[in-house]
Amino acid sequence: MDYLLKGARIVDPARQLDCGPLDILVENGRIARVAEGISPAAGRRAKGEGLESLDLSGMVITPGLIDMHTHLREPGFEYKETIWTGSQAAVAGGFAAVACMPNTCPVNDNRAVTEFIKRKAQECGLVRVYPIAAITTASKGAQLAEFADLRDAGAVAFSDDGKPVMDAGIMRRALEYAASLRMPVISHCEDLNLSAGGVMNEGSAATRLGLSGIPGSAEDAMVARDIILADYTGTPVHIAHVSTKEAVSLVREAKKRGIAVTAETAPHYFTLTDEYLENYDTNGKVNPPLRSADDVGAIKEGLKDGTIDVIASDHAPHGRTDKEVEFDYASFGISGLETSLALGLGLVEEGVLTLSQLIAKMTTMPARILHIPGGTLEVGAPADLTVIDPAKSWRVVPAALYSRGKNTPFAGWELRGKAILTMVDGQIRYREGQVNGSL
Amino acid sequence: MAFSPQGEGVFFYRETEMGQKRVVMDAEGIDRALTRIAYEMLERNKGVEGLVLVGIRTGGIYLAQRLQKKITAIEGAVLPLGILDVTLYRDDLHSRRKKLRLGKTDIPFSLDEKKVVLVDDVLFTGRTIRAAMDGLMDFGRPKLIQLAVLIDRGHRELPIRADFVGKNLPSSFWEAVAVNLAEKNGLNEVVIEQVA
Amino acid sequence: MKLRRKDILGMQDLSVEEINFILDTADSFLEVSTREIKKVPTLRGKTVINLFYEASTRTRTSFEIAGKRLSADTINISASTSSVVKGETLIDTARNLEAMNPDIIVMRHSAAGAPHMLARLMKPAIINAGDGAHEHPTQALLDLLTIRTRKGKIAGLNVAIVGDIGHSRVARSNIHGLTKMGAHVTVAGPATMIPRGVEKMGVAVFHKIDEAIRDADIVMMLRIQTEREKQNIFPSLREYAAYFGLNSRNIRLAKEDVLVMHPGPVNRGVEISPDIADGSYSIILDQVTNGVAVRMALLYLCAEDTKA
Repeated sequence: MDYLLKGARIVDPARQLDCGPLDILVENGRIARVAEGISPAAGRRAKGEGLESLDLSGMVITPGLIDMHTHLREPGFEYKETIWTGSQAAVAGGFAAVACMPNTCPVNDNRAVTEFIKRKAQECGLVRVYPIAAITTASKGAQLAEFADLRDAGAVAFSDDGKPVMDAGIMRRALEYAASLRMPVISHCEDLNLSAGGVMNEGSAATRLGLSGIPGSAEDAMVARDIILADYTGTPVHIAHVSTKEAVSLVREAKKRGIAVTAETAPHYFTLTDEYLENYDTNGKVNPPLRSADDVGAIKEGLKDGTIDVIASDHAPHGRTDKEVEFDYASFGISGLETSLALGLGLVEEGVLTLSQLIAKMTTMPARILHIPGGTLEVGAPADLTVIDPAKSWRVVPAALYSRGKNTPFAGWELRGKAILTMVDGQIRYREGQVNGSL
Repeated sequence: MAFSPQGEGVFFYRETEMGQKRVVMDAEGIDRALTRIAYEMLERNKGVEGLVLVGIRTGGIYLAQRLQKKITAIEGAVLPLGILDVTLYRDDLHSRRKKLRLGKTDIPFSLDEKKVVLVDDVLFTGRTIRAAMDGLMDFGRPKLIQLAVLIDRGHRELPIRADFVGKNLPSSFWEAVAVNLAEKNGLNEVVIEQVA
Repeated sequence: MKLRRKDILGMQDLSVEEINFILDTADSFLEVSTREIKKVPTLRGKTVINLFYEASTRTRTSFEIAGKRLSADTINISASTSSVVKGETLIDTARNLEAMNPDIIVMRHSAAGAPHMLARLMKPAIINAGDGAHEHPTQALLDLLTIRTRKGKIAGLNVAIVGDIGHSRVARSNIHGLTKMGAHVTVAGPATMIPRGVEKMGVAVFHKIDEAIRDADIVMMLRIQTEREKQNIFPSLREYAAYFGLNSRNIRLAKEDVLVMHPGPVNRGVEISPDIADGSYSIILDQVTNGVAVRMALLYLCAEDTKA
């Protein structure tokens, strides 16, 4: 089936495009034309058969969104999420591609697991899945994983996410070795000795609630270390889920000095503060933790001035048994694929970002950092695109989420802006309330 | 028609109008009644030997204190005086809409083998006295318990009777009887009021 | 008057009016424990379950005695001997208990927020007997009663709380209670024991015991948990006792009529020297007596009527 998408505003930051209303012609799974007033007859098929026309006036079309930080949990933790359910959540959230973290069971530190993930994703036929492999075997932080083999198996980056690489010596070697293979390293920055025992941000809220705190410096100290290592070895490093004011500062200064550091943040870090945990709602328990109002302000500043390059969901689905327990014992994580876009659009409404800037952080930049195709609507590219209704009001209902993980602190929130159609490879994988996959 | 056996003569009983208050005993009436009760107590118990007073919070406290003074004036001895809060012994504790304010109980002497005169202002259903007796038993084993009330307004729901009564006041169940004492709120009078 | 809430979860939630009401009620319960027959029939037929996930002798005994003196049926469940060992979650344990219709559940747990979780889900009243480092409201209430009884008032008094504030639910609850009632509260301890942002709770912070207890009317010493030594919160008991313990030398910095309190159990020779613990300044045993009265008052006030 070919598609003629009519009358939408096109936002393609890769080509500095933000205009409309324009039409997009999708033929044979690729973007054939982007212009005003394309007629159905202009398609390759005579008499416009096999061509579906969609009136998308009032909508916004962007390159297919790319989430470079997702946890799909399979293999090993299927009760939290599977590649199938996670893929559904992704396309429902407007994503055409996701990069999934290796903290599965077994950890994705070998070719076999990487190939398994790719194959499973292929079978699901929904969203493009790019596996991120581990930096060290079993992410134990002791021995480098086989980077070259993993790259050839299809991994796009390396990370021990969920954990930091505590040993600076090993992190240095990882950065060097990965850079020589032109592979990005994504760092989960947390000094385990500083964060030990903590369950929420260390501060006056934690003091009042009697909960052990994770100081901001646990993140900052590691961010500083990784920046210094990247500088010293002359290699790039990508900082995952930045949450503190100080970390933003460190990245900003590093960029000024020409160090090849990039950074991402997740929507909860610019939407909620640690005061949210007043009622001990475990849906707000996440690592790095929700921080103070000051930190939230700094994150927004960092997004605005480009210090933070990417908005990535850090989608971390959990089962009921993980979350319906005492706060101290609950697992860390927020199920975020399906709310990411709307929360990002909130920044546009607030005036923190233009729509183009927001979309760049969810398309162009992730593609660039991971060296993957996509993130653009140029003619000839595979038709990965997201249609957004920026004015659509909707309510977050955990039971209605496609993800198995219902753990979201945004339950009950009225949000504005939603993906109403997600196209991958020229095929509609999600259209308002319906996922179309192969399984 | 109703007789008042204390020799005040026959009087006619009539119900009060809704909201209207009627004074049925004035300051002097109260005083004379207490004086008579004091003499009756001494007569019945043949003096002050082993006699103690326990006033039921809150209505009975001041009456018990007044009786104590009167007996001192008559016999010279000061009777031991205790205060009993019956809230914890009430049978309607958990079905009341508002919990009553809990007051302190203070009985600083043993009740074993004593002749206890419980003092309350108004005797109505008898449940307060039942609760008071349960409370007293937790403090010891009195030789006997007698009951002195200023007003007996009838409508007993339990087999309880007073030994010493200031005045019998026939009343309708829907009337409220209040004993106002100077120590409590400045006035010395007993009023009856239609409330329902 | 009636308590306008179902549960007693923390001092943070109570208004000054409610605190005074509870203290007055507790006051009236004191004499019951002095009688020959230490029992009133008030909670007859009511079931009180003491659900203790953390070991505790004094608090649990205090609640048990309080319940029994009110004629309630009290049942003690301690986690180590219960289904928790078999892996039952808190929610399942709570639901199972609820199915047996208790009237009040008194709960102690090592995780902050645990009683709040139960209070949201369950019908019976929940009384928090200590949740992690968060709150221990019955301790604070008995401390307030003790101070009020001894000093005649709480407002305007200088109260110093010394010890591991960071890990102390007793400290947090007392800070809430004392500041609400108008006392001037100071906290002191080594910097490692002072939690971040505690000044926002309305207290002055010192790192030397001498500065904190100067001119104090009340000195409240907190128990040092020896496990904290391994976590490097303090280097040794010897050093802690020497620099942060209350003894006959530094007590003189406080007011002449100073009173010394401690939630117990006391580490003699660590936070309090033996002569202070046994001396005339100490009202530690008053606290224990008042504890039973306060817990009787709370059980009495929380016992809801099913008919009203």
